[in-house]
Amino acid sequence: MNLQDLYRDVILDHNRQPRNFGPLQPADAHAEGHNPLCGDRLTVWLRLDGDRIADIRFEGQGCAISTASASLMTEAVKGKDKAAVQALYERIHALLTDPHAQADAATLGKLAALGGVSEFPARVKCATLCWHTLNAALEHSADAVSTE
Amino acid sequence: MAANCAETVRQGFDAERVRADFPILARAINGRPLVYLDSAASGQRPLAVLRAVEHYETHCHANVHRGVHALSQAATDAFEGARERTRRFLNARSPREIVFVRGATEGINLVAQSFGRSRLGKGDEILISALEHHANIVPWQMLCEQTGCTLKVAPINRRGEIELDRLLGLLSARTRLVAVAHVSNALGTVVPIERIIQAAHACGALVLIDGAQAVAHAPVDVQALGCDFYAFSGHKLYGPTGIGVLYGREELLAEMPPWQGGGEMIRTVSFERTTYNELPWKFEAGTPNISGAVGLGAAMDYVERLGLDAIAAHEQSLLAAATTALERVPGIEIIGTAAHKAAVLSFTLRGCHPHDLGTILDSQGVAIRTGHHCAMPVMTFFDIPATARASFACYNTAADVAALVAAVRTAGEVFGQ
Repeated sequence: MNLQDLYRDVILDHNRQPRNFGPLQPADAHAEGHNPLCGDRLTVWLRLDGDRIADIRFEGQGCAISTASASLMTEAVKGKDKAAVQALYERIHALLTDPHAQADAATLGKLAALGGVSEFPARVKCATLCWHTLNAALEHSADAVSTE
Repeated sequence: MAANCAETVRQGFDAERVRADFPILARAINGRPLVYLDSAASGQRPLAVLRAVEHYETHCHANVHRGVHALSQAATDAFEGARERTRRFLNARSPREIVFVRGATEGINLVAQSFGRSRLGKGDEILISALEHHANIVPWQMLCEQTGCTLKVAPINRRGEIELDRLLGLLSARTRLVAVAHVSNALGTVVPIERIIQAAHACGALVLIDGAQAVAHAPVDVQALGCDFYAFSGHKLYGPTGIGVLYGREELLAEMPPWQGGGEMIRTVSFERTTYNELPWKFEAGTPNISGAVGLGAAMDYVERLGLDAIAAHEQSLLAAATTALERVPGIEIIGTAAHKAAVLSFTLRGCHPHDLGTILDSQGVAIRTGHHCAMPVMTFFDIPATARASFACYNTAADVAALVAAVRTAGEVFGQ
């Protein structure tokens, strides 16, 4: 169990100063994520250009892993389309849950700093909450489109 | 500081010897000696309990109240012996007042569904406090939905104490039942239940005490208290999980309908008419947790051998030492500063979420609980998502307190306090 590996400088920095923090107005879609077990809450707002994320912001309260993961996510997905976001999430999920997964710094960038989480199974849900919330916001936007 | 604590703590109570009774405390966690400060969630078991359960399983097990064979009789004797042991532990009048349940949660649900559902209706009120564990909130909410009765909640103050005047002000002729914790699991507040019981009875209301956090920290005498129901869990009293006790005054239990149907709780069954068993078996449908009851009886022997007053004094000195030491750590806020507290220390560290704190402490071998402690309304009152909670038991020492404080300081450093 390696504490330094979990709380890397990038994580602590994004926890202390989360990027893209605060509401986005106007937004094309938003979703709220809640982890009732630990009380973490966050909201993700999106501005979309077709199915590409033109802008993204988040707000909420949670532990360092949850906050840093959301902050890093907003930086990573800005400008990406849904398919690229989905592909990125699958790589992140593998990184978070498989201690043997190689953090591919070339494609994951700063998100690779979440690699230490895989040693702490109880904390995986902290890191994935923002991704589930982003996914809900993207789906919600699709629903909104489909009802028109 | 630590040396001073050690001196105070060792007087009259040898926690090091007590530790030797708990095999699990010898193991390492993350390469460090285990510092177990989560006994409010579940206590560890002494060898005496483990051996009693093993002896029962290897020498006495069969179903109870069933067969004519020797083992069935041995199992029945062991199970009913545990009931009599529990009667003595609580100073109840009769073993008929001792119902074995899965835990405090089931005991409270039993009262809600049996007493509440058969007796309460629209216009009736149940009074609880804002300090309660979800187990003493949700069963009453369910009952209100089922019967149309109303749930009233007495507020707490910033120290985490029930505002007694407000609670007394909520009592009226409509109040049918008052249900409060003896000790708050989230904050450690000791509730002045004697005063509440007296006032509730003066209004004609019954009183249920959730004693889950109390029985391991002070002697409980249900006759002296005068409460109508008292519920607790075995595993918070150094006993096994899956066994607990509901004490109820005999005249109340006798009038209450059964809440679960099945074997054991019946006298005769036909398709036309079923008659129910006597107390307490009327409330014990199905084969009970026999080995659990045996283990619980052994746990009562164990704590009474140590002396509940001596355990309480020992824990109080640890609580005082930990409170003083933690208050000196930059960024620490103690949540719950009641004048009377038992064995629980809830706190937050500025800039460090309780879950991060819990993970960092765990990496140092220190086990605490983090989260809302199944008391979300308490967290809402203090406007925090969660706390870190260290809780003390008979086997904790001044060295455990020192390890806790050192680990919290480490967390502060990681998070830049």
